[in-house]
Amino acid sequence: MQGNNNNDKPKYNFKRITSHPGFKSLGAAFMAVFLGLVVGFIIMLIASPGNAVAGFRFVLLGGMRRLGDVLYFATPILMTGLAVGFAFKMGLFNIGASGQYTMGMFFALYVAFMWDLPGSTHWIVAILAGFLGGMIWGFIPGIFKALLNVNEVITSIMFNYIGMYLVDMWIQNNGVMYNSSMTRTRYIDSGVQIPALGIAGSNVNFGIVFGILIAIILYIVLEKTTFGYELKATGHNKHAAEYAGMQGKRNIILTMVIAGGMAGLGGAFAILAPSAIAGSSMTYEPINIIATNGFTGIAVALLGSAHPIGTILSATFISYIQRGGTLTSLVGFKPEIIDIVVAVIIYFSAFAMIMNTAIARFIKARLGKDENEPLLELGEEPVEEVESQMEQDTEKEAE
Amino acid sequence: MDVVYYLIQNMLPVGVPLLLVALGGMFSERSGVINIALEGIMLFGAFFGALFVLNVQGTSMGPQTILLIGMVVAGVSGLIYSLLLSFASINMKANQVIVGTALNMLIPAIILLFSKMFFNSDGITTNMRFYIREIPVLSRIPVIGQMFFQRTYLTVIIGFIILAIAVVLLYKTRFGLRLRACGEHPHAADSVGINVYKMRYAGVSLSGILAGIGGFFYAVGVTDGNVSGHTGVAGFGFLALAVMIFGQWKPIRIMFAAMFFAFLRTLAYSVSLIPFLFDLGINQTYYRILPYLATMVVLALTSKNSRAPKAEGIPYDKSQR
Repeated sequence: MQGNNNNDKPKYNFKRITSHPGFKSLGAAFMAVFLGLVVGFIIMLIASPGNAVAGFRFVLLGGMRRLGDVLYFATPILMTGLAVGFAFKMGLFNIGASGQYTMGMFFALYVAFMWDLPGSTHWIVAILAGFLGGMIWGFIPGIFKALLNVNEVITSIMFNYIGMYLVDMWIQNNGVMYNSSMTRTRYIDSGVQIPALGIAGSNVNFGIVFGILIAIILYIVLEKTTFGYELKATGHNKHAAEYAGMQGKRNIILTMVIAGGMAGLGGAFAILAPSAIAGSSMTYEPINIIATNGFTGIAVALLGSAHPIGTILSATFISYIQRGGTLTSLVGFKPEIIDIVVAVIIYFSAFAMIMNTAIARFIKARLGKDENEPLLELGEEPVEEVESQMEQDTEKEAE
Repeated sequence: MDVVYYLIQNMLPVGVPLLLVALGGMFSERSGVINIALEGIMLFGAFFGALFVLNVQGTSMGPQTILLIGMVVAGVSGLIYSLLLSFASINMKANQVIVGTALNMLIPAIILLFSKMFFNSDGITTNMRFYIREIPVLSRIPVIGQMFFQRTYLTVIIGFIILAIAVVLLYKTRFGLRLRACGEHPHAADSVGINVYKMRYAGVSLSGILAGIGGFFYAVGVTDGNVSGHTGVAGFGFLALAVMIFGQWKPIRIMFAAMFFAFLRTLAYSVSLIPFLFDLGINQTYYRILPYLATMVVLALTSKNSRAPKAEGIPYDKSQR
């Protein structure tokens, strides 16, 4: 920001565009994705050299064949991505999206099976129940963090396990929901399923529409409301925010409740969705494994730099390569290859921005020893310093 | 009395992995790096340890020799995997929690991919038995002999030896003092000529070795030498973090905390053998939740006046104050 003062160049300076934070996070996201794909390709080469190229082509282009499915599977991870990203804005690391997702899914299932409601409202109530379930499971880490100063990372991990065990037990003990011979939940009534959008060859449903609308609402909350401002301020510097009279504790709890609700909605959207078999719905298998969609949400949120609109794009992208990943089994690979790519993307997005800055500085040192370089650099350094300072502050808070 | 013996005999092989991994977490955090990747490092060590066992089982090597070599293999692989965390968090100054999460997610996916492609299963299944019925001489000691030296694993003894080494290393050596300085006030440490980056690398690497060994010991003592990419190490890496916090970053306290959690877990899995608990007719799931719930209660009680290393989680930057 200080850089703007001491040079009077025209407004559309290339440098000014490239030093914009939005551009930087976009560049970082691209860098992380690129490196993730490269590592994925290397692993494919190690696993099966002959098929690696064919497999990698599926990863890159396979999703094109099933764009409807891409959106279908993007819905739950969009919601968990929002759950992680929203908390991240406040410097909270919501690793508990899995548990919140599972809880939301169970609440939605419970309403879908056990309540008797008139047709057109039933699925809406089921979705709202999922929202509530997620909120409850997000409320707990929030309370622990705000009142007892327990690190939210540990709390949410523990409640991932607790939620998963509880839900699996409740489902297995409920004959209406659970089909013990299939070891899965039963299909829910087609009247309770979320209506499909009617795109040929896929079951993409209103879930994705709601997801996008919610992302936009979150964007408005973050950018245009006092609560959103307080939230971001607390994320940047907790002590300064408290000093300015913001209620840190209340905001922590509220943030975690909203974040949990997002993940819970993700669970509801996933389980209430119509599946590929006509008239049937998605099912859940209670085998004591933590829902992976919650963890994928972390990748989605980081790729979208915790920005709600960016999250829509990154969820679609992750879902796109996941669809491609399932096709790699045609040439002998397994869909887990995408989980590897996603993990590598998270790894690199943790420091991609720093890496990009370093690379840019290296290139600058190589190429630019002419013009008025020193002046611009003088102007630029403080901005970077402030930014890295801010980043570190959020890291301190996240810890 | 038999029930008590049974519980303690079963508690120790469960508690030792927790103890080792929590000690690893302690070394890492004492140097100033949060190591949330313990879960992944455990699984990585367990996988390579089990891979080694799979390749040598059936040869003339005795089970205890295999266990010792497997331990070294697991430790080295844990060390290598932890370098990914060191690089990102020390050199690149990345957010340590995010990097740790990425490393936790990466390894189950790799294990599942390779196991499904090459072994047609979710992991590695070995048929090596490391169980020791009784250790000569020592098992004859009344009470103690039956508790600690019968129906056990070699891992238990190794675990306590490592605990002793850890105590000496942390409190009685120059290295330990410097390590602790880097976690409390890295700039002060730097000003007297300690290389903070090197010490942090050492701390994370130690945690990598210990977590790798801990993972292998988990596979030996808890899952009968098998490793699955699906269930992994069942959250033991995270429990170890809680154990470390409960133990207030001090080795001996960590040992007691680890045994406390191990006892709860053993209790949860042997409800059907204890008539009193079995008669209560409570669903077994509640007992399985018990260790996680106990973690929360313990953390709620101890976090208010936590004695965490002051500089943990903050990347060290020479140019800052």
